Amino acid sequence: MSESGSTRQIWVVFWILLILTTVEVLLGIFKPSFMLTNYIIGVTLINMTFIILTIIKAYYIVGTFMHLGHEEKSLQFSIVAPLWVLIPYLLFILLMEASFHGAIG
Amino acid sequence: MKDSVTKENLWLGGIRPMVASYGKLMMWFFLMTDALTFSAFLALYGAHRFLHADAWPVAEKVFTHFPFLHGDHPLLFVALMTFILIMSSVTMVLAVHHGHQMNRNKVILWLGLTIIGGIIFLGSQAWEWSHFIHGTHHGSVQLADDSIAHIIDESSILCKGDTIRYESAQLLLDQSKPIQGANLSQNEYGHKTFAQFFFFITGFHGFHVFSGVIILIIIFINVLKGTYEKRGHYEMIEKVGLYWHFVDLVWVFVFTFFYLV
Repeated sequence: MSESGSTRQIWVVFWILLILTTVEVLLGIFKPSFMLTNYIIGVTLINMTFIILTIIKAYYIVGTFMHLGHEEKSLQFSIVAPLWVLIPYLLFILLMEASFHGAIG
Repeated sequence: MKDSVTKENLWLGGIRPMVASYGKLMMWFFLMTDALTFSAFLALYGAHRFLHADAWPVAEKVFTHFPFLHGDHPLLFVALMTFILIMSSVTMVLAVHHGHQMNRNKVILWLGLTIIGGIIFLGSQAWEWSHFIHGTHHGSVQLADDSIAHIIDESSILCKGDTIRYESAQLLLDQSKPIQGANLSQNEYGHKTFAQFFFFITGFHGFHVFSGVIILIIIFINVLKGTYEKRGHYEMIEKVGLYWHFVDLVWVFVFTFFYLV
């Protein structure tokens, strides 16, 4: 575990998280109208932006704060791979089914 | 822990799987399963939102309060809570960093600040809950078919997207009852499952924060007593740090899917 003496990377990630959160909050308050009317694969542009920014934040928290980026490749994969497979699978089943039932009442 | 696995030392014993200690490895696997639990909750939240899309409240119109300020301030308070939790994650990672360098005083400083951040977050969540439970000044009306009609002013109500004047709404209002605030069986802001999911998901996350604060206090006392100094390493700080960052990570997702999307 070769820890460099500096805390620079930690603060860089802090600023990234802070800026991304600020962008999210500003978008949430002002809601630009073009983002509400345009869709990407069935999701409004604004919601897609929220989801992508959230995944970027998760990447930095897990990679730097939880130090997973510096662990062995095998550990990285055994943690991340089950989540990448199971969560989209779960979302696909539940959201598909619910939107179908919601649509037919 | 520089001993990476090579062909020469593979069968000689004493090697840690994936070059991480037992405790760290188990913490990672626990967090992975916990992540699945939370994603199941949030996925189910999304499913119910799609099922009751017409009656689902807009979170920004529910959580608009900010301490000491009047009027509507959507998202501001929850943004502050997010900031507090991110900040406490930074202080935690700094405590881990100084633990690696065996710098006891710095560990005490940053660990102490992390505990304070966690307690402030819990207080904010209690404040948010209490506003949601007490509800608005006027409340709203629950109609006979369990749908919610919002009171606009003295003469009209908003019912399923239509503004109706009281005179013509008499038939609707006959079998209705006034409700105020939200709990597990009613919700003045909209569909009652919204309230149930809110209490359950933020409650489960809040319980994680609470147990995190308790564990942090325990290791804080251990640092003060010099337990890890005697042990020769501060790995316990790192393991608890993993848990604490995970709590922050979950909040990032709760923030997005409850308040923003």
